[in-house]
Formats: sequence, structure tokens, C-alpha cells
Amino acid sequence: MCLRINLKLENMRKVTYAQAINEAIYQTIEQDNRVFVIGQGCTSPWYVGSTCQGLIEKFGQERVIDTPVSENAITGVAVGAALAKMRPIVVHPRIDFMLYATDPIINEAANWHYMFGGKLSVPIVIWGIINRGGEQAAQHSQALQAIFTHIPGLKVVMPSNPYDAKGLLVSAIKDDNPVLYIDDRWLYKIKGNVPEKIYSVPIGKGKRIRKGKDITIVASSYMVWEAVGAVKGLIKGGIDAELIDLRSLKPLDTELLFASVKKTGRLVVVDGGWKTCGVAAEVSALVCENIFKYLKAPIRRITLPDIPAPASSALESIYYPKAKDICKAVKKILKK
Amino acid sequence: MTSSIMTKYSKVFLKQLYRMMVQIRLCEESLVGPILRGEVKCPVHLYTGEEAIATGVCAALSEKDYIFGTHRSHGHYLAKGGSLQKLIAEIYGKETGCSEGRGGSMHIIAPEKGILGAAPIVAGTISLAVGSALAAKIRREKRVSVSFFGDGAAGEGVLYESLNFAALKRLSVIFACENNLYSTHMPIRNCRPENNVFKIGIPFGIASFRTNGNEVLEVYEATKKAVGICRRNRGPVFIEFMTYRLRGHVGPDDNIQGTRTDIRPKEEIEEWRKKDPIKNFEKYLIKKKILKQKEIEKIRNKIQKKVTLAYKFAKESPYPKEKDLMKYVFKD
Ligand SMILES: Cc1ncc(C[n+]2csc(CCOP(=O)(O)OP(=O)(O)O)c2C)c(N)n1
Ligand SMILES: [Mg+2]
Repeated sequence: MCLRINLKLENMRKVTYAQAINEAIYQTIEQDNRVFVIGQGCTSPWYVGSTCQGLIEKFGQERVIDTPVSENAITGVAVGAALAKMRPIVVHPRIDFMLYATDPIINEAANWHYMFGGKLSVPIVIWGIINRGGEQAAQHSQALQAIFTHIPGLKVVMPSNPYDAKGLLVSAIKDDNPVLYIDDRWLYKIKGNVPEKIYSVPIGKGKRIRKGKDITIVASSYMVWEAVGAVKGLIKGGIDAELIDLRSLKPLDTELLFASVKKTGRLVVVDGGWKTCGVAAEVSALVCENIFKYLKAPIRRITLPDIPAPASSALESIYYPKAKDICKAVKKILKK
Repeated sequence: MTSSIMTKYSKVFLKQLYRMMVQIRLCEESLVGPILRGEVKCPVHLYTGEEAIATGVCAALSEKDYIFGTHRSHGHYLAKGGSLQKLIAEIYGKETGCSEGRGGSMHIIAPEKGILGAAPIVAGTISLAVGSALAAKIRREKRVSVSFFGDGAAGEGVLYESLNFAALKRLSVIFACENNLYSTHMPIRNCRPENNVFKIGIPFGIASFRTNGNEVLEVYEATKKAVGICRRNRGPVFIEFMTYRLRGHVGPDDNIQGTRTDIRPKEEIEEWRKKDPIKNFEKYLIKKKILKQKEIEKIRNKIQKKVTLAYKFAKESPYPKEKDLMKYVFKD
């Protein structure tokens, strides 16, 4: 079964997702003297996984700036630096902490280019790390991609694998607009083929991970891996599912999405966030609004329930959706 | 500590302080094994070494006074009267925990004891403490609210906004900053241009001072003074308690330089071990003939038993039921 797109395998090595991020930062700082990284833990070899390992040693304190616990100001500082011709990557070791920074992100960065008639743009990468599970509970487990995807003027990417992690981060840094780069600690140890040299993956382009004819499964970030598990299980049951990795939530690759749903006529949307007004709701709405007549069955969403993250592992174990939940939804749609 | 200070207090009171500090220490250290064995899964920020602050502050409060805490609040919770059994059960993710297993170590509460919540968003509870003081003021109650937070929280803007508003409205809040010289992996010199957090209260006209957070009687005196100021409607007050966590940021990893987390010089930790608030208080109590070595052992054994019982309670308690996943999103 082909669960990867065709990539030229020359000059590739297997590296982890965290290493892929590290390479993207390393190589862009090396290449472009406007790029710097700022935020809590970026000088630590473990605070943000191993994503920032070795950066401080190589580039020093001017380009790798660890900070006090001041998310609001630090993010604003990064936005200001972007307005003054730098290309900052501001890291938030947990997307929950980034909520203190919603003013500079949403009011300032997202709006600046529009509200000043295009005079200045904000070339910034706002990197928020999702860190769920582990009984960390409500304030340390949130997947907040929907909030940011809702905001005009922000691009949002959520890579699922090392290749995209590096390529999308490079694109995000090179983009002239604010880009939310949202990753998930559950992905950090996943290994995949990654070219050694710098390359980019286009923002706004999804990826078909598996071709199938019975049903379309759409996922992003960590949930792609649960979907991969589901697809494998479904094959055993004789169900031929097509799997699409969105990669970018905004702009969203409607061309790829619509083509797939037109073909299969059935859709399950998987997202690691909450259900109400979430990414899965948006994807469903896009399909209903545009290609309703191709649908052979109602769409189903697999998301978190509309509940804060519980601590107890007894509840965590049913809180996070898994491959089997995706399989169940597919079978319901196919009445199998 | 001078002997004149010592004679001011009753033996009963001094022993109470001692017992509370020992209870917090034994509670904290009892968690090391279960964390290492993976029995405790939630992140746990140990309060070891800082016991004098929670103990001294809460000794100066009454039950109806409010407190708010942080990610490192087992000590605050116990000192303000929270149940040890419910704490351990919470850390074990059990339904009998103080947050019904929904919160874990970082989200603990006991409203009946004035503990309105401890939560781990850095500085996130400071403004809430101010709000509780506003409520008390509107209702014309003589309540005091204490906001516990760390030196790291002094990086967040909301602290300064809270100081200003509390001063503007003369609210009875005590801003209790526990300065343990570190914020996760960062020593305070990398976070602030100078290490004197208490001075941030001064521009707002707030009575602001610093005290030794490892001397329980100094903590108690400082807080008593602050409570007095608040009860006379002269609040808020800012107190910076100088201390050190003898454990690392999270879990039993001591963050020693040269180990994986590679943060704190071994010598520095050794220096602070000499300032262990419990050992020092113990020495004084023995010297002043308030406690005998034998009594100390008795007290420790008794508390150890209480801790053991709390574990028994926690382990025998049921987990939250799957059907109750939705419970508590809203109040019915
Ligand atoms: C808003 C926010 N940012 C970052 C964190 C991660 N974090 C948890 S504790 C902590 C350091 C807190 O240091 P301090 O306030 O001094 O408390 P201590 O741990 O030393 O007791 C940080 C940065 C967080 N929990 N919340
Ligand atoms: Mg600290």
C-alpha cells in the first residue's frame, strides 16, 4: 500500500520530525540574515523537544533568543521586528500559553497588511506546539488550530510528517504573511525521509496519501497517523479509502478535497481539535456548499468531544479519538 | 531568628508550623517513588524546600481568607487546610480527588477552605485573586486574598495590570511572590535585569518588601503585617519570599548541571540544602527546648502514617467513570 507520495529518494535520510524542524530553522537562519528565532525554551536542548538543539551554539544569542515568560510582549516584539524587515520565528512551547499572545497575533499581525492598505506586511512565523495527553489536563492539552484558522489574514499549516515539517516551515519563513505553524509533540519522534538540503513545501497544497474509491478521509497533523491506521484496518475489511492530508488549514486545498469527494461521494473529516466551529466543521461546510450533489451519504466528523481535556488517564483514554473511531464512522457511512 | 521572637509564640503554634512543614515535605517526597514508577502520570511540580512560605503565609490567614495558586501548589493547598487524601487521590487521577480526577496535580481546589483554585498558566490566577478581593470589598467583608506566584510570573504583563488595579481600588490582596531564582530552565538573571521582584509594587504605591522565605517565622511575621495592612483597608501588599526549590522544575529531576536537564550548579543546590527551612526550624525548636528529638521522630512517624493512609485511600478509590466524561463542562 502506498502511504507516501512519490519523492525522489536521492539525498534523503530518515530523520525525526523534531530534527526536520531543527534543520529548517538552522538552514534558513544560515541562509537569510533576517531570520531569527525567539521564545521560551529555544536555547534549551529539551524544552521544545529537540527542535532547537544546537541553534544557540551555532548562531548565538542575537539570532536565538530565549525569553522570560512574557508571551504577549515577546510575540508583539516579533511582530514589530517583522514590520522592521526581519523574519522572526516566535516559538510557543505550548499553544495554550500562546493565548496570552492573541492580541499581537490576531489584532496586530493578522490585520496589519489589510488595515494599512497593503503598506506593510508581517512576515512572521508563529510556531505553537500542541502537547496533549500525559494527564496534563485542561490548560496544557488544547489543540487551538480552529481559533487561528478563523482569523482573516493568518495562514495556518499543520504538517503531519518530517518531510512536510521541514518544507512547510521553510515556506512559512519565506512567506510575506503571518503564518501559524502548529505542530504536535506526539509527532516529534516520527521518522521519515527528508532531503538534506533546504527545500519548501507549498502552503495551501494538501497531499493525497492514499488513493481509494469508496470514501474520502481528510485529516491533518497527528490525526493523519490515526487515519493511516484506520485506512489499514479498513483495507482488511474490503473498504478502499482515500486519505488526504490537508497540510495547510488556510488556505485550504479545496481543489484536492473536492476532486476526491466527487470521486468517492463519501467523506469523514478528522481533526484533533473540538467539534463545534472546528476545522472539521469548516471542511464539511465547504463540501456541502460546493459539491453537495456528489455526496452519497451524510458527512461524519471525528474530533475531540466539546469537553476540556481531563487529567485522569481513565478519561483521557476515551477523550482522544483514535483509528478505531475513524473506522467506525466509515463503516456507518458505508452501512457495513 | 532571635529568642525574643521565639518567646512571642506559644509552643502549640510553633509545633503547628513545624508539623505543617513536615507534612508538606513528606507529601512531596512521597511522590518521588510513584512518579519514577509511572504510577503517578500527571506532571508534578514539587514544593520541596519552599514549605516555610505556604506554612507561614497560611498561618497568618483565617479560614475565610482566599488563596489562589499555581502549578506548584501542593504546599499552598495543604497549608490552607486542603485534604491530603483528596490531594493524593487527585494526583492519582481518582474520582475522590479534590478536582474529581479532572485536574491532576496542577489543578487543585478546596473552596470550603478558601482555596479558590491553583492552576498552571503562569500568572493566570493573579488577576483572579484580585477579583476575589474586589468581591470581598463589594460585600464589605474583611477578607484577604493571597495570590501565590513565582518569580517567573513577574514576566507576564497581567501581573502589572493587576498591581495597578488592586492599588487603584485599594483591594485587600497580598501578592505573594515565591522567588526561587528559576523559571523552568532559566535562572532569574536571564529573565530580569535585576533580582528584586518586590520593587515592582513600589511605583503603584503598594507596600512592598522582601523577606526570607526559608524562615517560617519571618514569613509569618511578614504576612501578618500584610494582613494587618489589608484589614485596615490599606492594601494591597507585595511580598517577595526568597527561596529555592530543592527539586528541579518538574518531577524528581533535580536539574543539576551536567545531567540531562543541565540547569543548576551542584554547589548552589548544596548551599541551599544548608538553608533547608525544616531542618533549620527543627534545630531552633530543639535549641529552645520546644521540641525534643524523640518528639520530632514521633511527629514525623505520625505524619508519615497519615501520608501512607492517603495513598491507601487514593489507590483504593475508583477512577472517574467513562460515562461521566461530559460531566462538569457546565453546572446543571
Ligand atoms: C503562560 C505560560 N507560559 C509558560 C508556561 C510554562 N511554565 C510552567 S511553569 C513555568 C515557570 C514558572 O516559573 P515561576 O513562576 O518562577 O514558578 P516556579 O516553577 O519557579 O515555582 C513556565 C514557564 C506556563 N505554564 N504558562
Ligand atoms: Mg521560580
